[in-house]
Amino acid sequence: MTETMFSELPSARSTPFDPPAELGLLRGTAPISRMKFPDGHLGWLVTGYDLAREVHADRRFSSRSELHHSPRLVAGQPMGQRPPAKPGMFIGMDAPDHTRYRKLLTGQFTVRRMNLLTPRIERIVADHLAAMRAAGSPADLVADFALPVPSLVICELLGVPYEQRESFQADTARALRLDSSFEEIMAAFERLEAFVLRLAQSKHATPGDDMLSGLIATGELTDEEVANMGLLLLIAGHETTANMLGIGTLLLLQRPDQVAALSADPSLADNAVEEMMRYLTIIQFGTIRTALEDVEIGGQVIRAGESVSISVAAANRDPARFERPDEFDIRRPASGHLGFGHGVHQCLGQQLARIEMRVGYTALFREFPNLRLAVPAAEVRMRDDMAIYGVHELPVEF
Amino acid sequence: MKIEVDPDLCAGSGMCVLTDPTMFDQDEEDGTVILLQPTPGAEQEKKARDAAHLCPAGAIRVVE
Repeated sequence: MTETMFSELPSARSTPFDPPAELGLLRGTAPISRMKFPDGHLGWLVTGYDLAREVHADRRFSSRSELHHSPRLVAGQPMGQRPPAKPGMFIGMDAPDHTRYRKLLTGQFTVRRMNLLTPRIERIVADHLAAMRAAGSPADLVADFALPVPSLVICELLGVPYEQRESFQADTARALRLDSSFEEIMAAFERLEAFVLRLAQSKHATPGDDMLSGLIATGELTDEEVANMGLLLLIAGHETTANMLGIGTLLLLQRPDQVAALSADPSLADNAVEEMMRYLTIIQFGTIRTALEDVEIGGQVIRAGESVSISVAAANRDPARFERPDEFDIRRPASGHLGFGHGVHQCLGQQLARIEMRVGYTALFREFPNLRLAVPAAEVRMRDDMAIYGVHELPVEF
Repeated sequence: MKIEVDPDLCAGSGMCVLTDPTMFDQDEEDGTVILLQPTPGAEQEKKARDAAHLCPAGAIRVVE
């Protein structure tokens, strides 16, 4: 049995696009190894691709929040058992609760439904690029494009008033900042919950043609459940795609060969998105699962109650699965990456995210063929301090 | 080759439709898998295996 030195999941990067080097070294010798969690729990760390897939797919590993030990320390977090997921927060539940909530949404996020949204997404992208051009060079690509595009898309889909984005974006940022204290995170979540609950209540009284109203119309959910499901989609829907658009653009700006290949052959766009999801894996801390019973995996026995921290970023760079894993190449076979997770919790909005990225990157480099960084790349502030990685700002000229 | 699907296991991720929309579809109501082509031709066999591998919920099985 390999005892690692880690007392929490390593997160310090030495290069902006690569996961922490220690994780890669560990993956080479022990794709599953013991890890001491910050609360003292002796659990496990998975860094290998096959094992990461296996743990995500195996229903003997639970997603229930109250069973998890966190792989990173949050200042002021009370020790001991965590509370169960709130009604509707199905990301922290197992079947049958998870299934019941998710099934009410999966029909809304099918490949066909999302494809029907493409013209609207193209319009939103075009409007934001036109506004950025009108405001003139230089611009902050995050504030003008990467953040507002997915924010507006998810607001329209859910029925969240876009005018109120400042407060929910600020609270989302507070909740995801790694140096936020437990109290700050809880306070941010309380404000977010109150915001969507008020919204759910108002839609209950006056329904609209949107997803929150649709959930209410099922008659199967309390307003609190609708609100928490909506909050999950709101946070997941804007924060992740926004950061992929931001850091993905930074990556492409440094790889003109890849941009040229994409311009020459637009049919590469779909695979380029998959490769960016694989190579960039912005979910810094991966996922957590906790064994419900003793499970043997990768030659180790995970005892019931032990938490497994899965470094999706390390798994997506596993040379046993992806040749030359540390090279970014939009032509490589990248499907099968774990950037959207795996198992029954795999990202519900992944088909929406794919379209937003494909349309977003393609339109950006088509409309701004001379797009370039306005500062040296080393001066771009990376989101080392956030649970979801990316760039804080991206100063560009065109 | 024969494809089998289990809608009870399906998580509605859409990976199968993304892989080959001529072989798979999703239910309008709850997004679960609908098998359009249970016996893929030789030219579709690789896609069928990909779809089974990519399915996050293990809802697609390829019987050789």
